Amino acid sequence: MDAVKSLLLIIVGSALVNNIILSQFQGLCPFLGVSKKTDTAVGMGVAVIFVITLSSFVTSLIYKFVLVPLDVTYLQTIAFILVIAALVQFVEMFLKKSVPSLYQALGVFLPLITTNCAVLGAALTNVQSEYGVLESVFNGLGTAAGFTIAIVLLSSIRESIEDNDIPFTFKGSPIVLITSGLMAIAFMGFAGLI
Amino acid sequence: MNKCIERLYNGIIKENPTFVLMLGMCPTLATTTSAINGLGMGLTTTAVLVFSNLIISALRNIIPDRVRIPSYIVIVASLVTIVQLLLQAYLPSLNDALGIFIPLIVVNCIILGRAEAYAAKNGPLESAFDGIGMGLGFALALTCIGLVRELLGSGSAFGFAIIPEDYRISIFGLAPGAFFVLAGLTALQNKFKMPSATNVEGNGSVLACGGDCMHCSGSACMANHATLETRRLQAEEDALKAKQAALAAKQAAVAKEQSELSEKLNKNS
Repeated sequence: MDAVKSLLLIIVGSALVNNIILSQFQGLCPFLGVSKKTDTAVGMGVAVIFVITLSSFVTSLIYKFVLVPLDVTYLQTIAFILVIAALVQFVEMFLKKSVPSLYQALGVFLPLITTNCAVLGAALTNVQSEYGVLESVFNGLGTAAGFTIAIVLLSSIRESIEDNDIPFTFKGSPIVLITSGLMAIAFMGFAGLI
Repeated sequence: MNKCIERLYNGIIKENPTFVLMLGMCPTLATTTSAINGLGMGLTTTAVLVFSNLIISALRNIIPDRVRIPSYIVIVASLVTIVQLLLQAYLPSLNDALGIFIPLIVVNCIILGRAEAYAAKNGPLESAFDGIGMGLGFALALTCIGLVRELLGSGSAFGFAIIPEDYRISIFGLAPGAFFVLAGLTALQNKFKMPSATNVEGNGSVLACGGDCMHCSGSACMANHATLETRRLQAEEDALKAKQAALAAKQAAVAKEQSELSEKLNKNS
C-alpha cells in the first residue's frame, strides 16, 4: 500500500505541483508554438506522454544497468540524448509500419519532440531524484500529463480569446505569455497539495 | 579581421538570439531569477557555443552530410559535460543555482542552430567569433531580463539591495513573473515595431522556434531570418510607396495651382 501511495504522490507532484512547463520551464517552445488549436495541442500532448513515459523507462534502465556498473555516470547527458533521439526515430518507424492509424495521429508530433528539453529534462530529473525504474516511469507519466494539461488548457484559452479586442501592443505573443503567467499563478496554488 | 568584428556585432545586436531571434526560451525564462544567474547561464552557454562552433567548423569537411546532426549533438553534449564538471569543481554555487539547465544546454536551439546555419559553412576563426557574438548577445539579454526581475522581485541589482522591502513585488522572482517580464518585453517590441521574430502585425504570432531542435537544424533560425528580411523589405517598399504617393499629391497640387493661375491669367487678359 505504501508503494502505491508513494507512486501516486510522485504522479501528483510531477503533474500539478512541479508542473514541467509552468514551474520548471522545460518544453516551452512547443507549449507556445503548438498551442493555437485544441486538436493539435491534444495530439502533441498524447505524443509527449508516449515519448516521455517510454524514454523515462529506457533511460532509467540504461542508467541502472549500464552507466552505474561501468562507473561512467558523468556520461549521462550524452548517453540520454542519444538514446532518446534513437528511441524516437525507432518509435516513429515502428508506428509507421505496424500501427498506421496511430502514426497518422501522432506522426507529425514525434520528430518535434525528439530533443525537446522536457524529454531530456524528465530523464535527468529521474536520475537526480534517485528514482528506481518503476518510479521513473511514473514520474515520466506524471510529467507528461502535466505538460498535456498545461498545453490543452492554454490552447482552449487561446481559442476563446482569439476574437477578443486585444490592444495592438499585446497582440500575438505578449497576450499568450500573460495568459501563461496567470496560469502559472493558478498552478502555484497546487503547492500545498503535497 | 573585419569579418570577425562583423560577426560580433551581428550576434550581440543585429541578430541577438533572445531579443531578435527569440530562440532558447526555456533557459531565458528559468534562469533569470537574478542578474547574476542570468549572466552565469549566458556565459556558460557562450563557452559551449564558442567551442562547438570551432570544433564543428574545423570538422565540417570530415563529417558526412547524412549523419551531421547526430555528430553535432555528440560534440555539443561532450562540451556540455566538460563545462558541467568544471562548474561543479570551481563554481559550485552557480552550478546549484542553474541546476538541470546546465545539461539542458545540449538541446538549446541556439547551439545547434548556429552549428547548422553558420559553423557548417564557414571557417573556424569566423565560426568561433560567431559563437562569441551570439553567446555574448545571449548573455547580455539574460542579464538584462534577470536584472529587471531581480530589481522588481527582490529589490536588488547584482545582489546589492536598492529598493526597500515594502516596495518589492515578489511575484517577479517566481515562475509567473518570468512570463510577465517576457510578455512586457515582447509587448514593447510590438509597440515600437522593433525587428523581432515575435513581432507580427495583428494576430497569428507564435514564438518562431517550434521546439524541434533536432530536426530544425537551424531552420527556425533561417525562418526567422526570412521573416525579418521580408518584413524589412515590406517596410522599405511601404516607405517608397508612401513617398511616391506624397510626391504625386504634391504634383497634383502644383498642377492644380498652375491651372488655376492660367485660368486667372486667361480671365484677366
